[in-house]
Amino acid sequence: MRSPRREFLRTVGGLGAIVVSAGLLARSPRALAQQADPILAGRPLVRYPEKTDLILLTSRPPQLETPMTYFDRAITPNDAFFVRYHTFPVPTSVDVGSWRLRVTGLVDRPLELSLADLKAKFSKAAVTAVAQCSGNSRGRFAPRVLGGEWGDGAMGNAEWVGVRLRDLLAAAGVRQGAVQATFEGLDKPAFPSVPHFVKSLDIRRVMDDPDVIVAYQMNGRELPMLNGFPARLVVPGWYSTYWVKNLSEIAVIDHVFEKFWMKPAYRIPDTPCGCVEPGTAPKNTVPISRMTVRSFIGTPANGARVVPGRPVTLKGIAFDGGYGVREVEVSDDSGVTWRRAQLGPDLGRYAFREWSAAWTPASAGDYTLMVRALNAIGESQGYEPLWNPAGYLRNVVERVTVHAG
Amino acid sequence: MRRTLGIATLVLALPLAAAAQLKTITLPPDHPYGELKPGPGVEVTQRACRACHSTDYIVMQPRGDAKQWEAVLTKMIKVFGASISDEDAKAIVGYLSTVYGK
Repeated sequence: MRSPRREFLRTVGGLGAIVVSAGLLARSPRALAQQADPILAGRPLVRYPEKTDLILLTSRPPQLETPMTYFDRAITPNDAFFVRYHTFPVPTSVDVGSWRLRVTGLVDRPLELSLADLKAKFSKAAVTAVAQCSGNSRGRFAPRVLGGEWGDGAMGNAEWVGVRLRDLLAAAGVRQGAVQATFEGLDKPAFPSVPHFVKSLDIRRVMDDPDVIVAYQMNGRELPMLNGFPARLVVPGWYSTYWVKNLSEIAVIDHVFEKFWMKPAYRIPDTPCGCVEPGTAPKNTVPISRMTVRSFIGTPANGARVVPGRPVTLKGIAFDGGYGVREVEVSDDSGVTWRRAQLGPDLGRYAFREWSAAWTPASAGDYTLMVRALNAIGESQGYEPLWNPAGYLRNVVERVTVHAG
Repeated sequence: MRRTLGIATLVLALPLAAAAQLKTITLPPDHPYGELKPGPGVEVTQRACRACHSTDYIVMQPRGDAKQWEAVLTKMIKVFGASISDEDAKAIVGYLSTVYGK
């Protein structure tokens, strides 16, 4: 942790041009928390269409990160939900009148469905589920790895409503010999040489899972364009690389799809931990899939000031890859002692689980607050971060530092 | 952000009135956060990289030596099909490993 941080500070220090936004940031508590974080310091808050102030990762294609203060509650508002596209241009205009979702390939009856068809012809399905980028927290890897240098805000939890993928596939009639389905959105790169963002899932996996849906509603409203309007795939428990946005085509195929975004991209070491010795390359890789257990402190923010002797409510969220969070613990002494936090309402096994814990800083000084979660099958989080060359699966015990005085 | 088509278009499209629901957003330009620092080779670097993406992709990366940046250039050319001559690629690696080097 030590030397990469220093290295990053050096990088940021060199960016003279960012002082304008840093000056603006200094005024809000959210901005203070951002500046206290070496990965986020200096990154501007920006406002995109249908979005509130989010932390810029890249402009083109847009990648925007949710500030940590939103993670003191279970539902992430649509306008605060992170944005991640892979290629440019991204869809900026959709005519719902002419948009169609095609189901093609190895099927008896290819379908072309309008949004009205999805709503009228198929039963409605709802799931509250966490979308988390595979590379969330990549900026914290040590040794550092190349890629989208996210802090921890490439995640969010929403209630998704739409139609079951398996109902769509059943309506089309999946033929004998089907192995996978591929998913493609309206985003088409400007140059033909750039690989289209196409993802695939095993047919068996989607036919067995009633919670994999094509969602046209997010937290009771239509999806923001940058989160996949008019419909996106939702694959609860799995990293959101599979949650193809602005979905336009589902194709059933008779083989394992291995184009760029499935191979070599988005793969993890074929080891039980999905990790390798830091700085080394894995022998074999497999596509990334289920999310690991994580938990975060949403409030107080990193770097916040608290008053000795005055009670504070620690609040945050925990989640995993779909087994459900069983227990959350907090520590105020760098992990020497732990005590159980109170869990909030259960929104389902794929959702953020809110937690809270009363805490009173006994005396003046700096406190390192930590949180860890345990899921229903006994998986938890470690003190030492696991490493892989793509910067995926991070789930180390997280901490914030607050100053009492 | 949701807009319906203008009146004129709507009249023309009356038989299809049920359809035509257009949602359009306008993205902001590249943010100055991604501006590359000055240095020999900055122009060719900007030209080559900005053809496909904003340069915050560069400024956010961990600093790296020529080997790191060479690998990035190779990926952009071989995987993403960036049209960059050998001479330009060399200049870009030189710029990145100096200005964004270790």
